Amino acid sequence: MSDAIPAATPVIARDLVKRYGEIVAVNHVDLTVEAGDVFGYLGPNGAGKTTSLRMLLGLIRPTEGSIRLFGRDPVAEGAAALDGVAGFVEGPRFYPYLSARRNLRLLADYDDRAARTRIDEMLELVDLHTRADDRVGGYSHGMRQRLGIAASLLRAPRLLLLDEPTTGLDPAGMRDMRALVKRLANEGITVLLSSHLLSEVEELCNRVAIIRSGRIVYAGELADLMATATGGYRLSCTDLDRGHAIGLAQPGILDLRVDGGALCFSAEPGDVAELTIALGEARVGITALVAEKATLEELFLGLTEGDAPELAEPVLVEAAA
Amino acid sequence: MSAIAKVYKWELLKLTAQKRTYLGVGAAILVPIAFVVALSIQKGGPNDIPLGRNIRDTGLATPFVVLFFMSFWAFPLITALVAGDIVASESHNGTLKTILTRSRQRGQVFAGKALAVITYTAVVVFAMAAVGLVAASIKWGFKPLTSLSGTKIAAGHSLGLLVASLAVYLLPLIGIACFGLLLSTITRNSAASVVGTLMFALLMQLIGALPGTEPIRPYLLSAQFSAWHGFLRTPADWTPVIRATWLCLLYIAVPLVGAYLVFLRRDVAGD
Repeated sequence: MSDAIPAATPVIARDLVKRYGEIVAVNHVDLTVEAGDVFGYLGPNGAGKTTSLRMLLGLIRPTEGSIRLFGRDPVAEGAAALDGVAGFVEGPRFYPYLSARRNLRLLADYDDRAARTRIDEMLELVDLHTRADDRVGGYSHGMRQRLGIAASLLRAPRLLLLDEPTTGLDPAGMRDMRALVKRLANEGITVLLSSHLLSEVEELCNRVAIIRSGRIVYAGELADLMATATGGYRLSCTDLDRGHAIGLAQPGILDLRVDGGALCFSAEPGDVAELTIALGEARVGITALVAEKATLEELFLGLTEGDAPELAEPVLVEAAA
Repeated sequence: MSAIAKVYKWELLKLTAQKRTYLGVGAAILVPIAFVVALSIQKGGPNDIPLGRNIRDTGLATPFVVLFFMSFWAFPLITALVAGDIVASESHNGTLKTILTRSRQRGQVFAGKALAVITYTAVVVFAMAAVGLVAASIKWGFKPLTSLSGTKIAAGHSLGLLVASLAVYLLPLIGIACFGLLLSTITRNSAASVVGTLMFALLMQLIGALPGTEPIRPYLLSAQFSAWHGFLRTPADWTPVIRATWLCLLYIAVPLVGAYLVFLRRDVAGD
């Protein structure tokens, strides 16, 4: 990797490979997370998300490829490369026989002197200040997740790596966790969030990468991904047969079919307008016209199931430039 | 405070918060008490072992005699309880990931753990001796000790020899502890590491008991547990002490360096 790569870029991973014997868990993955991103790292279970995050945090060594976190190499520099980086993989883990406060004190001592001064503030931020002196062994899953965020924030990070932070939380816990991530992002912390909860990614992230069987199949703006969804329309009218015949004769109306008492088709907006005029002139009343977009879930499933095409390459080249 | 000192401090604090630590220390201090109680209510004694014949002459003899008995499996097991667990349990619980994603380098974390294991090993040995000395002195008094050569050694001087003997006795035990640390780092399995460490200690004794192994016996780790006898001869015999020192340093260094290298390079994934 050249020295020209900007040190301010939170994450640059290139050609990342992790093999376990014959199994390739991560297969030539490229990732770029820019400052200020809330970056969603999506993929089905076992796709390689957690393995990628472990490599980013220096917990496991890549078989091939390079990683830079703010320009520093966690493989070569170890913990020193994690300056400004915090997070957890596979859920935060703590010493169950120590209280939350003692756990945070321990972790603060594993960081810099200033971290100790932030313990109370962080406990309050995640609403654990009233239970701070209880043993973590008695904590619920949600409390441990919140303590994980507190432990990460002790490091005053510029980049937060969170591996499925809302997994196992109840609806209120998920809402609170998402609100916290939003708040942190608004405060300028770059977030790399792995998840298989698509609604969460849609709500929080501006950029995403989708990994399937160890390979990135899409990386780029979430909005761009959504724009790749094939636009479709659903039209209900007073005379379905005549409407269908008019549609077939109308230029630009594609894939026209009758489905559930409505006409379904794809078309450019101008052609849709022409169709409505044609229907009006033929005195076929339009009772409903709904533009249908593929959801992120449909896009995700399309990219991660079956023989989905890879969309990643052009976007990745742009992101890496 | 240096980075290693901070890790070391927390490793000790973690040990003080775990039941297995108290189990080990508790066993170490209960054995000499049980020994004194048993000898108080029985007439016989351990006449066939060094200092056993004079055990009721002074409280100073008891720690030496208990050292002999505990070298077979009790001290190796007590040591293995912590040494075999200190890395493996953190791998299993996932807390290794937590601490390795902070600012301390892996080498510093390992150094803190190794120092904590050695400290624990020293604590159990000295705790056994202190409790044994106090309990036996209450029963039989703090009087001069009869050396292995049959001469009397003043009580104060005997106390000094006890401390020196404990220090030398500690060396093979640290060798066992470092083997436990190696297993703990490699296997990531606490139970396997504890049992494996105990098996290693017992295997050393088994090899020493086999016919035809006479030439290698002085170099077995288990043989170094009796190196302290040299201090209790008149004049002092330094040969076993010197041999135990360099030999144990090898038994300590090889697994310690091995564990260090594995710890530095190992993948920390879900175990």
